[in-house]
Amino acid sequence: MNAVRAVGWQDDVSRAAARRKARRRTKLMAFGFIAPVVFYILVFFVYPILRTGQLSLQDYNFQSFFTGEADFVGFANYQAIFTDPSLGTVVLNTVLFTVLSLVFQFAAGLGLAVFFTRKFPLSTIFRSLILIPWLLPVIVSATTWRWMLFKDTGIINALFGTDIGWLSDPNWSLWGVILANIWLGIPFNLVLLYGGLQAIPQTLYEAAALDGAGAWRRFWSVSWPLLRPVTAVTLLLGLVYTIKAFDIIWVMTEGGPGNSSQTLATWSYKLSFEGGMDQSLSMGATVASILFVVALVFGLLYIRAQRKEVAA
Amino acid sequence: MRAKRLRRGSNVVIGLVLCAFLLFPLYWMINVSLTRSHDLGRIPPYLFPLRPTFEGYQLAIERNLPAMGTSLVIGLGTVVLTLLVSLPAAYGMSKLKAPGSGPVLFMFLIAQMIPSVVFVTALFALYKQFGLLNSYIGLMLANSTASVPFAIILLQAFMRSIPDEMLEAARIDGAGRLRSFTAIVLPLSRNAVVTAALFAFLFSWGDFLNARTLTSGDSIMPMTLALFRFIGAEITNWNAVMATAVLASIPTALLLVFAQRYVAAGVTAGAVKD
Repeated sequence: MNAVRAVGWQDDVSRAAARRKARRRTKLMAFGFIAPVVFYILVFFVYPILRTGQLSLQDYNFQSFFTGEADFVGFANYQAIFTDPSLGTVVLNTVLFTVLSLVFQFAAGLGLAVFFTRKFPLSTIFRSLILIPWLLPVIVSATTWRWMLFKDTGIINALFGTDIGWLSDPNWSLWGVILANIWLGIPFNLVLLYGGLQAIPQTLYEAAALDGAGAWRRFWSVSWPLLRPVTAVTLLLGLVYTIKAFDIIWVMTEGGPGNSSQTLATWSYKLSFEGGMDQSLSMGATVASILFVVALVFGLLYIRAQRKEVAA
Repeated sequence: MRAKRLRRGSNVVIGLVLCAFLLFPLYWMINVSLTRSHDLGRIPPYLFPLRPTFEGYQLAIERNLPAMGTSLVIGLGTVVLTLLVSLPAAYGMSKLKAPGSGPVLFMFLIAQMIPSVVFVTALFALYKQFGLLNSYIGLMLANSTASVPFAIILLQAFMRSIPDEMLEAARIDGAGRLRSFTAIVLPLSRNAVVTAALFAFLFSWGDFLNARTLTSGDSIMPMTLALFRFIGAEITNWNAVMATAVLASIPTALLLVFAQRYVAAGVTAGAVKD
């Protein structure tokens, strides 16, 4: 009797163990599917961040491009960057470029999004046409704007009767680049904000209209407050993308003339790859690391805002 | 009734004006690409290509057609790499609840925030060490860093919507996990896969920074790089520069015409671009 029970008990134990083993195997199988991507993340995301950080603590100079060797120098590069006379200009340019691009892209995108909530024929086609600039290679748009903003033969000066060296005058180059970047970012803002507006229940507008609210009032009392989470996501994501913009600036002005349209992103690139004998992957990596930390802070804020939006 | 029709009519007009205003640069690109060389310096410029010429396109094609081929190869390679990495991972994360899925997804959200200069600086050092500079595979891998996060986020969200009961039923019929993946999940995810592939191609086609940093000389010359070099080389022939820009826009135009459904899906799902 006892023996039978004991056997049964043992049977239970081994069955439980087998189940555990099977479960472990299932998990291992499942992990097998994501193993390649874990490796991919380690090589292409984790490593570049660490390596860029490491480079910023080394002296990877022109010679190192040939020898591959670089000495550890501690925080000397950071010291050099923080005392560099260009730093003030570059940071100010980055802030102006980012903030002004964001404000105007957002305002234009919101205006368009509100307009497109009206129902009229062809509206879907118009809306998808406006998206084209977003899907084109940035360099295509940048090249076009470069020609449009030429001082002598450009269409912009011809249209407005001005004689501004949009890209050649150090006082104007940043504004020329910002102008093009605003244009580039409008579709992105339109898509996100239009989606947000669509999610607001129509009945709220009808109720407000019954209470006598005009279109203006309906926007500020219904759309704007309810759009807030989407607004936060749009602005933060826009900020993360704008702060690292490279192609548009580089193709239009290469950050010049001088450093007049240089931002942290283009400066980093220039220090790493365009200095001739003076080029230093380490100096570029130092600026890139600073840029990364800034982008990361806003990126984390974005993820938090997005979680909130999903939860709401 | 009449007031309503009038309002609708005026909305169409406003929409048309807004569109024309916003798309003006693209019109201008095409206009200049058709302008005769000796009219390029004209002040003010001709607003319409009244006497169009194809000399710009002739020069553009002569010089830059091989670059289009290069971009095509790199783009297709990037698509294959992206799908190879993303598809099994998205399945593992969404349907198999693989351990580590949470951190992986979070890493990809973060990855989209990393400035591209951070990537190229480190990749340059890495590629130099392993002899991957000036290689096709090197560029494809570098370009895939933009599309893999996008593809994974899109695909795993889509696969999540496939009912578990379907996979359960397949399991009872004796299908293993790999079989469920290839026979059920993949076919059902067709649309999302196409969207991910299209965007991977567009990202790669538009890449400028990777090509500029990870290649040197004329070893590998994709379209974006060719266009950039062309700006410097053809100061007097901007019609050819603009014609090159038009050629570089062809894939986007084709996708918008023939794959609009997928493009719309990608745009709303990800709202992601470098």
